[in-house]
Amino acid sequence: MTVKEIVKRYGNKRENLLQILHDLQNQSPQKYLNKKDLEILSEEMKIPLSDIVGTASFYSMFSFTPRGKYLIRICESPPCHLLGAPAIFKVIESKLGIKEGETTPDGLFTLEGTSCLGICGVAPAMMINEEAYGNLTEEKISQILDQIREKESKR
Amino acid sequence: MMVKKNIAQILVGIDSNTVLSGARKVKTKLITEISKQGLSDQIAVIETGSIGPVNKGVVIGIYPTGEIYGNMSEEDVAEFVQERLVKGRPYKKRLLPERLPLEVDLSTYDPRRTQYVGRIVLDNCGRINPEDIEEYIGVGGYEALGIALKEKTPQEIISLVRDSGLRGRGGAGFPTGLKWSFAAREKETPKYVICNADEGEPGTFKDRLIMEGDPHKILEGMAICGYAIGANTGYIYIRGEYQLSIQRLKKAIEDAEKLGLLGQNIFGTDFNFEVKIKIGAGSYVCGEETALLNSMEGFRGEPRLKPPYPAESGFLSKPTNVNNVETLANVAPIILKGAEWFRKFGTEDSPGTKVYTILGQINRPGLIEVPMGITLREIIYDYAGGISTGEFKMVQLGGTAGDILSAELLDLPLDYKSLQEVGHNLGSGAILIMNESVSVVDLLKCGMKFFVHESCGRCSVCRIGTRQMYESFQRLEKKIAYPDELENIEELAKGLKLTAFCPLGQSVATPVLSALKYFKAELSEGIKPHKIYKPAVRNQSRAEIIYS
Ligand SMILES: Cc1cc2nc3c(=O)[nH]c(=O)nc-3n(C[C@H](O)[C@H](O)[C@H](O)COP(=O)(O)O)c2cc1C
Ligand code: FES
Repeated sequence: MTVKEIVKRYGNKRENLLQILHDLQNQSPQKYLNKKDLEILSEEMKIPLSDIVGTASFYSMFSFTPRGKYLIRICESPPCHLLGAPAIFKVIESKLGIKEGETTPDGLFTLEGTSCLGICGVAPAMMINEEAYGNLTEEKISQILDQIREKESKR
Repeated sequence: MMVKKNIAQILVGIDSNTVLSGARKVKTKLITEISKQGLSDQIAVIETGSIGPVNKGVVIGIYPTGEIYGNMSEEDVAEFVQERLVKGRPYKKRLLPERLPLEVDLSTYDPRRTQYVGRIVLDNCGRINPEDIEEYIGVGGYEALGIALKEKTPQEIISLVRDSGLRGRGGAGFPTGLKWSFAAREKETPKYVICNADEGEPGTFKDRLIMEGDPHKILEGMAICGYAIGANTGYIYIRGEYQLSIQRLKKAIEDAEKLGLLGQNIFGTDFNFEVKIKIGAGSYVCGEETALLNSMEGFRGEPRLKPPYPAESGFLSKPTNVNNVETLANVAPIILKGAEWFRKFGTEDSPGTKVYTILGQINRPGLIEVPMGITLREIIYDYAGGISTGEFKMVQLGGTAGDILSAELLDLPLDYKSLQEVGHNLGSGAILIMNESVSVVDLLKCGMKFFVHESCGRCSVCRIGTRQMYESFQRLEKKIAYPDELENIEELAKGLKLTAFCPLGQSVATPVLSALKYFKAELSEGIKPHKIYKPAVRNQSRAEIIYS
């Protein structure tokens, strides 16, 4: 959908801004808010661009830089931390060859640390896009990443 | 070391019909897949006779949740184990509407042991299909709303809730009936009911499981609240990660509207009520009610100055009532069964039950609903199955913003008043139980990193104070801390408690001060022994030292 259509769907009242930003980001293949879209949004909603950026940057789910097709978010909050999140982080970093906040050169994976994801029952936990994974071990991570790689290579 | 106990059992119905469909093979495959996932010590596979549903091929059931799956083939098993047991989601492809009869034996019913029986909030979770409104109605759903609208005045509802003694389950424990009466007496319209489903406190996921397991109960609670305070619109503010909850709530709203249980002229009365969903975007402070209002209005989620309280000037500056998911889930049962009944559970000061998420180095992590007033010891040894390895060391009560307590408090009853008397708080319901392998400094450092990240940045004491404390904990961890590091931390924490703009900054002090109280000796180990250091003049105020 174009920016205009999304704004029309929800209405251009300020209270719909977050929902519109969610939709904009979700439909972007690189999962980010690009400047062009935001400029049009600013026009449509009659909100200064600086205000929109100021609002969006407050929330950790929004990004202004392109991200990988698979967004890996590892929980760093205490319950996961105590049950092994730091080791999980290292394993993924070494497997993908990237650090927190970076994207693999093939544009497949982005790695982010995050606050509690609300799936602490299976700590240590992470989410890849909308999928939750818990009780993580090194082995399990290899399996998960290999599965994704395999799926992608078949395309 | 204690023997690990099973968390769940999978019942495989083996009878003449199912054997033909390959029940034995499915059972063998289940055992191999479960052990492949390393879950053998938590999940037992048990053969039983017919489970109930017939002509459904191989049928299996899960205890204690009570789900039943049919037409299971060997090929399904790997996926089933991955989806249901590893990720904890229902394996929809094979899910049957039937449920296992859960053991409810009222003759031996003990109100202090309500894990699976007689629950208030989680009563329907795992018993009914959350996506089927008929099942909710079948267990008495929406009856409370009907009674409220047809037989009671708004004032009567508020009195009933007040008499029940229900207190907010979002952390602060504010009496719910009283809160409703504030919004009810406002003249301005429209008014709003908001369900706070932001649930960002690390270690807490009770609201998610309530919404996933029994979405209609929340809608019903909201509608009753709307009737009581005179609101016709409700919003559920839910965090963006909770996709399944969002999906189920959306379906629940649609279904309820179709049956006329939400929308215009509910139950043929002139009461209208609609519910909408607002999705958050990843910010812990947005769980604070005024930050939540800003976020709902499309602004940065920074807290507002109180007063005015939301009851007076909330969403779009209109009278608004904000309640937690669990609080609202208590409403329909109270209307249906009365305040007297509700008061049978829990304590005089804190009636009812509390849903906790129990985590850490314990044998059975998970979700429990127990009466208020139960002790930490009972939770750890009766419900959590004891410490999984090593010895009990400490517990953090109520999430990362909660108190860090030592073994000496294990026998304290968990209710608002008892905790308040010793200067602590019940918090959101997360109970993180730790053994001696966990260092207090590591726990505090990790928690402080969370606050550094989640501080909204608006007031400088919180923005800078959290970072300063984080650096202090880093030094303590490396054992290079200054001789007066602990005094500095304490002063900073007290300063935050007094001067931070919002409750987030103020709550940062909670874990720090309680850890200083119970684990000072351990924290002192991080101080560098022979550092040459000119001590600050202690009779001056800190501010003078810094700026002189
Ligand atoms: C930093 C912070 C985060 C909070 N997060 C939540 C939350 O995630 N869910 C919630 O229900 N209440 C949260 N609260 C408490 C709310 O401000 C408010 O007290 C609560 O929603 C009121 O509902 P209740 O009366 O039903 O408890 C938070 C408070 C603070 C200070
Ligand atoms: S603490 Fe990691 S998901 Fe909650």
